[in-house]
Amino acid sequence: MPRRIVIGIRGVGHRVIDSIWRLGYASRFFLLTLLKSGISFRRFGLVIRELYFTGVLSLIIIIVSGLFVGMVLGLQGYETLQRFGAESAVGTMVALSLVRELGPVVAALLFASRAGSAITAEIGLMKATDQLAAMEMMAVDPIARVVAPRFWAGVISMPFLAAMFSVVGVFGGYLVAVVLIGVDDGSFWSQMQNAVDFRYDIVNGVIKTCVFGVAVTAIAVFEGYDASPTAEGVSGATTRTVVTSSLAILGLDFVLTSVMFRGMS
Amino acid sequence: MTPETLVEIKGLNFSYGERSILKGVNMTMSRGKVIAIMGGSGSGKTTLLRLIGGAVRPSSGYVKVAGKVVHELKRDELFEMRRKMSMLFQFGALFTDLSVFDNVAFQMREHTDLPESMIRDLVLMKLQAVGLRGVHNLMPAQLSGGMARRVALARSIALDPLLIMYDEPFTGLDPISLTVIGNLIRRLTDALGMTSIVVTHDVQESLKIVDYVYFISEGVIAAHGTPAEVRGSVAPFVHQFVHGEEDGPVSFHYPAETYASDLKLEKGFA
Repeated sequence: MPRRIVIGIRGVGHRVIDSIWRLGYASRFFLLTLLKSGISFRRFGLVIRELYFTGVLSLIIIIVSGLFVGMVLGLQGYETLQRFGAESAVGTMVALSLVRELGPVVAALLFASRAGSAITAEIGLMKATDQLAAMEMMAVDPIARVVAPRFWAGVISMPFLAAMFSVVGVFGGYLVAVVLIGVDDGSFWSQMQNAVDFRYDIVNGVIKTCVFGVAVTAIAVFEGYDASPTAEGVSGATTRTVVTSSLAILGLDFVLTSVMFRGMS
Repeated sequence: MTPETLVEIKGLNFSYGERSILKGVNMTMSRGKVIAIMGGSGSGKTTLLRLIGGAVRPSSGYVKVAGKVVHELKRDELFEMRRKMSMLFQFGALFTDLSVFDNVAFQMREHTDLPESMIRDLVLMKLQAVGLRGVHNLMPAQLSGGMARRVALARSIALDPLLIMYDEPFTGLDPISLTVIGNLIRRLTDALGMTSIVVTHDVQESLKIVDYVYFISEGVIAAHGTPAEVRGSVAPFVHQFVHGEEDGPVSFHYPAETYASDLKLEKGFA
């Protein structure tokens, strides 16, 4: 066999083994984070501080995006539904799209690029400037003190951010459909109330946001902790956080949707 | 190992994969002394500190601190031992999200149940010892390089350790800060009765303050002695290092193919 083919096959094998090794390493890191989370709950102030950075500071981008997404949904929904004379159902369409899909997915994508990348960059830079090593030398476990509070802050803030996204989105849809176009106010809200089911729509949407919150934050803290301690390493880790968590959100969304809404009308 | 010995290193070998970093290193460090470990960049000095702190495991041999073999300790025992040792990193490694005060208070809050009023007093005393009580409200980003290193020094003596390791404490400092840090290392060591290990390649500054010097070259101890012995040494490596000569046992050129063959000037090409 020509030498180049052998080298090629060896390279592929090497990459596969590396990826599996890294997946195992990431899973072990995730378990360690959960095991060492005690301090985050005993000293909840550590989590509250991170909630401010990951949650509160993400509010602006979530609210503005939610408003625009809702407005576009209102516009497109009206445009399509009025062809069938069903323009009063625009409220239903806006609410269901947001609560079931767009709220959790778009909010999680925005969260990954705003908060996830910030978490990775912060932990990566702490590693690059020896702060994590210094902490280890002070007999303080960085996974318990730095990683776990950031992880829990992300997991807690994600459902609230997605809920905020959906609420503002519905308001955006209302602004366009009712205030601008003139769809009937009463039917906009009443049809929405009739169609949106608490158990199937809202609870399932919340479950999705919780899963996305865990996935995005777990990826963000791992990439930061695993980053090479150089400027290039940290920038690469930040990019990987956004790319990997975006793909994870979209992949997980398909899996969850197919389990939750299979066979439903 | 006598009661005065705090750190004992025997037959220490360490390698990163195939690359051998330390080869059979032996050292003894007594309580209350300042010991310098010198050597060129990449000679294994920082690795030696990491081995003493238990951050990496030796390939063979051992490091004993206060009578205990570091690499045989369980994680809990290692963390217990680290409460008695401290490390000053090259650029301080202050926690950038905490103020100067919180940085110095960090270990007290993590490892003790001291009331906040006592922590405040202790932190101000530690900062006073390095002359920076006035900056306790500032963030690390607002400090100069020398000040950051002094705050890191205050942080490293927060719990009155037995042993402090300094990784290149003089790098990138102006002459005044250099003298200040050097004198602080000496003064704090004497005042607190601890042992200081200073990894450095700043010969002139460190010879002024240390009690004993080890030279490491290519993973082995090339020479050792008191500052007076080192200054008077005629050993080629020590002479080259202390006087900063360009060529000697440490060659100017990194090993490579012959110059002529790299430039393709051998027969057939010329």
